[in-house]
Amino acid sequence: MRYRRQTALKEFGIEGQEKLIRSKVLVVGAGGLGCPVLQYLSAAGVGTIGIIDFDKVELTNLHRQPLFGMDDIGKFKAEVASIKLSSLNPEIKFDVYKIKLSSANALELINAFDVVIDGTDNFSSRYMINDACVLLNKPLVYGAVLGFEGQVGVFNLVDKNNGIAANYRDLYPQPPQPNSVPSCNENGVLGVLPGIIGTMQAAEAIKIITGIGSPLRNIIVSYNVLNNFYYEITISPLKSKRIKFPKTKSEFNNYDYEWFCGEVYKHHEITLEEFDILRKNDDINIIDVREIEELTDSTEFSCIKIPLSRFKESLSKLNTNNTIVVICQTGKRSLTAVKLIKDEFPECKAYSLQGGISEWKKHNQNNPV
Amino acid sequence: MEINILAFGQVAEITGKTNWSVPYVKDTGELRVLLEKSYPRLQSIEFAIAVNKKLISDNSELNDKDVVALLPPFSGG
Repeated sequence: MRYRRQTALKEFGIEGQEKLIRSKVLVVGAGGLGCPVLQYLSAAGVGTIGIIDFDKVELTNLHRQPLFGMDDIGKFKAEVASIKLSSLNPEIKFDVYKIKLSSANALELINAFDVVIDGTDNFSSRYMINDACVLLNKPLVYGAVLGFEGQVGVFNLVDKNNGIAANYRDLYPQPPQPNSVPSCNENGVLGVLPGIIGTMQAAEAIKIITGIGSPLRNIIVSYNVLNNFYYEITISPLKSKRIKFPKTKSEFNNYDYEWFCGEVYKHHEITLEEFDILRKNDDINIIDVREIEELTDSTEFSCIKIPLSRFKESLSKLNTNNTIVVICQTGKRSLTAVKLIKDEFPECKAYSLQGGISEWKKHNQNNPV
Repeated sequence: MEINILAFGQVAEITGKTNWSVPYVKDTGELRVLLEKSYPRLQSIEFAIAVNKKLISDNSELNDKDVVALLPPFSGG
């Protein structure tokens, strides 16, 4: 009864409905994009829907997240969504996760689903979800919005005509510089836009599951709500993979996405006290990146000397299995060197010594070893 | 001979327009240099480049009347 208007479609039929009922879709983010995705997939009868969101409902969400109301402010989005959607369609099983998706839990979570929908609001999550879907071979329905423009596309779904399955890294191999792209919080977004893009994502998921029509595989659509400009771009896999991304599950677990996207630059510094503790450990390599002519003082610990000017070409020789602490005179160049290490070996534990040698010497005069 | 440019998102914000034409240049590398000269702020942002609706990753040859789209990443949801 419930699904009669869509099973009546001859391309869809009872068969399409059964495919939906047997399918499991994970929706990451229950915000502007996630709300319409969740509403339409629940209504359409997707059998199992996972909802991941650690955020709570705020007043400023309501203009674009009409699944929520005034009474929901302060409550977990994932929980409120599952209650409302259950009343819309009690036949659906909802898996609710009030947690932050991380490289530690993403593979396990995503593996339990057939299709993943990206409705997140930051680059580190987007790269993480993309890489996890590539590793697990799961189709990913991507959507993003800003201002009056949105993007939607399907990644990691093989085009049987040419065997191609492109992904987000083929479109944007590396994330933009931190803070160079404003968020919807800073820039604003017209409320109806994520409604349109999210509904398109839901339609793509239904097409992927039921096998009807042509999903946006290897295509990114750009849509402008102000002038209704709709533009499709075909993506093909990058010939040269300039940026290293995780190829195995253990590389993925150790990949620091927030660092990769420049969201936690400062967390990769250690204090003088932390350095003294780390130094007692055998598995630590200390690298001094000061130039040779600067090295007039002797340090009381052994270190490898690789001047920053020659650091890039020496990267391949580093032992990245050990923890690396990079030092310089004041702690600035060492931070640059750590960034270089992390770009090449995202899974490596590398830290820059805050304040550098000059602070360490002062500290040691006061606290003799 | 000319090249047609389509700008999206932040690129359109920086250039102040969404579509226009520039005199012919031989490849996307030269086009980028030309655009960055006119709009220096483009140097500080990332964007994907598509020629005639196909994404390109390396420097690509351009022909008269090609449409080059400049598509920056969005992260909002």
